[in-house]
Amino acid sequence: MRVIETHNLNKVYDEMVIPVKAVDNVTLNVEQGEFTAIVGPSGSGKTTLLNIIGGLDHPTSGTVKIEDSEISAMSSNKLIDFRLNNIGFIFQAYNLIPVLTARENVEFIMLLQNKPRKERDARVKELMDAVGLSDKMDNRPSELSGGQQQRVAVARALASKPKFILADEPTANLDSHSAENLLDIMLKLNQEENITFIFSTHDQRVIDRARRVVTLTDGRVVSDVTKS
Amino acid sequence: MMLIRLAWKNVWRSHYRSLVVITAITLGVWAGIFLYGFFFGMFEQRMRDVIENETSHIQIHQQHYRDDYDVHLYISDGPKILEKLKADSAVKAATGRILSMGMIASPATGTGVKINGVDPVEEEKVTKLAEKIKEGGYFSENLRTPIIISQKTAEKLKVKLHSKIVLTFQAANGEITSGAFRVIGIFHSDNTAYDQGNVFIRRDELKTMLGDSIDFHEIAVLLRDQSLMEASEKRYQAAWPGLMVESWRDIVPEIAVIVDMFDQLMSIFMLIIMLSLAFGIINTMLMAIMERTREIGMLMAIGMNKTKIFFMIAYETVYLALIGGPTGLLLGYLTIQFFSRRGIDLASFSKALAGYGISNMVYPKMEAHNYYNILLEVILVAMFASIYPAYKALKLNPVDAIRKI
Repeated sequence: MRVIETHNLNKVYDEMVIPVKAVDNVTLNVEQGEFTAIVGPSGSGKTTLLNIIGGLDHPTSGTVKIEDSEISAMSSNKLIDFRLNNIGFIFQAYNLIPVLTARENVEFIMLLQNKPRKERDARVKELMDAVGLSDKMDNRPSELSGGQQQRVAVARALASKPKFILADEPTANLDSHSAENLLDIMLKLNQEENITFIFSTHDQRVIDRARRVVTLTDGRVVSDVTKS
Repeated sequence: MMLIRLAWKNVWRSHYRSLVVITAITLGVWAGIFLYGFFFGMFEQRMRDVIENETSHIQIHQQHYRDDYDVHLYISDGPKILEKLKADSAVKAATGRILSMGMIASPATGTGVKINGVDPVEEEKVTKLAEKIKEGGYFSENLRTPIIISQKTAEKLKVKLHSKIVLTFQAANGEITSGAFRVIGIFHSDNTAYDQGNVFIRRDELKTMLGDSIDFHEIAVLLRDQSLMEASEKRYQAAWPGLMVESWRDIVPEIAVIVDMFDQLMSIFMLIIMLSLAFGIINTMLMAIMERTREIGMLMAIGMNKTKIFFMIAYETVYLALIGGPTGLLLGYLTIQFFSRRGIDLASFSKALAGYGISNMVYPKMEAHNYYNILLEVILVAMFASIYPAYKALKLNPVDAIRKI
C-alpha cells in the first residue's frame, strides 16, 4: 500500500531576493513497510524534503499525499492534527521534554490524542519494552544517555500509532554502539510490525541498513536504489 | 489536566528565575496592601475624627447661618427639635449649641475664635472633647465662667490652667460685650485649625451674655451608624424644611472628596503596581519561551495544537501569579493586623500631619472586600500578562524553532 506520494515537489527559499531551490521537482513514492534512507551531502535538501513530507513545511509547488490526504493544501492548524495522528517524528537532538520522565514523554503524545489511561499505560509499557528501556521509565531525559534518549524518542514517535516515522539524522549525535543499537531496534520494529521508516542521513551505518536509498543532490533525486 | 501538570513542571524548570518573579509579585502585592491599608487607616481615622470630634454626622442650622454666623439666625424652637431628635431611634446622641464669633484675649495677646456654648452633659455624649483634655478637667469644677481652650490657643495667649482670659463678642442687641473666664481645661486634638479656632464655655452662660432671646444656633446629631446618615438627613430636612440640615460631607467637603476619591486613587496606585508586575512577568515568560523555542517547536511538530500551546504558557504565567499573589496577600494581611493593633507612630511628621487634621498615630486598616479585589486584580493581571508570551509562542514556526540551537 502506498503511504507517501509526492509529485513535482519544489521548495524555493527567498523567492524574491536570491532564490535558492532546496527541493527541485521531486516525485517520490513510499510504500508501507519501507525502510528508506534519503541521503546526500549537507545542503542537498534532505531535511527540507522530510519537513515537507512531514507537513512541517509547505512546498512552493507540487503535491504531497499521505494515503488519501493531500497535506500540501492543508492549513497549518489542520496539519498539526494530521501530524498528531499520522506521522511520528524522531529528531537529531532527541528533543524530549526535559521536565517529564521517559514514561511521561512517551505517554504525552497519547494524552494529546485523548487516549484513555488504560490504553496509554499498556502502550507505554509495550513501547518501552520494545526499545529496551522498561527499567528507565521514571528517569528524566537528563538521567539518560544520548542513545537511551533517542530510544525514548523512537518510542514516543511510535506511541501515536502513526502511518510512518520520519527520522532526521537520528544517529548523528550518537556513539557507534548507541547508533547500532538504535538501528537494530528500528529495523526490528520495521520487520516485525511493518512500520514504515524514512530517514534523512549521511551516516553510512544507516545507509548500509536501509533497503531503499534515495540520493539527493541540489534538491534533485539523482538516484533511487532499492536493495534486493 | 495534562497541560496543568506540564505547566506546573515548567514553572519549576528554573527554580531561581521563578522564585525571583514570585518574590517580586509577593512584594508588589504586599506593598500594595500595606500602602492601601496605611492610607485607608489614615483617612478613615480623619473621617472618624471629623464625625466624633468636630461636626458629628448631621448639623442643623438656621438657613444662611453658616454664611456669616449672624447671632440672630438661631433655631427658634431648638429645644423642641432637639427633644424630637433624641427620641429618634437612629440617633445615638444630640446636642444644641449656642455659638458666637469673637475674640479671646490674655494680657499678652488676643485672637479670633468661635465660642461654643455647650451643655457639658449633652456635649460629652456627642463629641470626645472631654477625652481630648490634657490638662485640667471638663466643666467638672464648680467654678463660674469656666472655659476650655486648646493647647495651641494657650500657647498663643501665653496662658496656663486657671489663668484668666477675656472673651469679647457682639451681643444680640448689637452691643459689644465682654466677659472674663477662667481656663479650667486645655485640650489637644489632631487638627491644628480646629484647635486654634474653637473655645468652649457653658451654654447658659453664653446665652446670658448674648441675650436671653437667643436659642440654639446649631444642633449636632451623632447617629448610631454612618449608614443611617443619608436617609436621616433627608428625613430631618423634610421634617424641618425651614432649616438647613447638612451632613458632615456638606460641612467639610474636602474630607468627603478624599473619602470619595480614595478608592479611585488607590485603584490607580494598585494599577501602577500591577502593571509593573505584569511587565516583570511578561519579561520572565518571554525569556522562558526563548530558552524553550526548540522544545515548543518540537511540541508543535509532534501535534500539540496552538490552543494547547497557548494554555500551557498561560497556565505557567498564572501559576507564578497564583503563588506570589496569595503569599503577598497573606503577608499584607499579617502586616495590617500587626500594625492595626500597634499603630505606626509618625511623631516626626506630627506638625505637618496636624495641619491636615491627621493624627500622628496611624492604624492601618483594610476591609475584606479590598483583599478579594486585590486577589482578583492579581489574577486578571496574570491572565493579561500571559497573553503576549503565549502569543509569541504561537508565532513560532516549528521548522525554524527545531533548527534553533
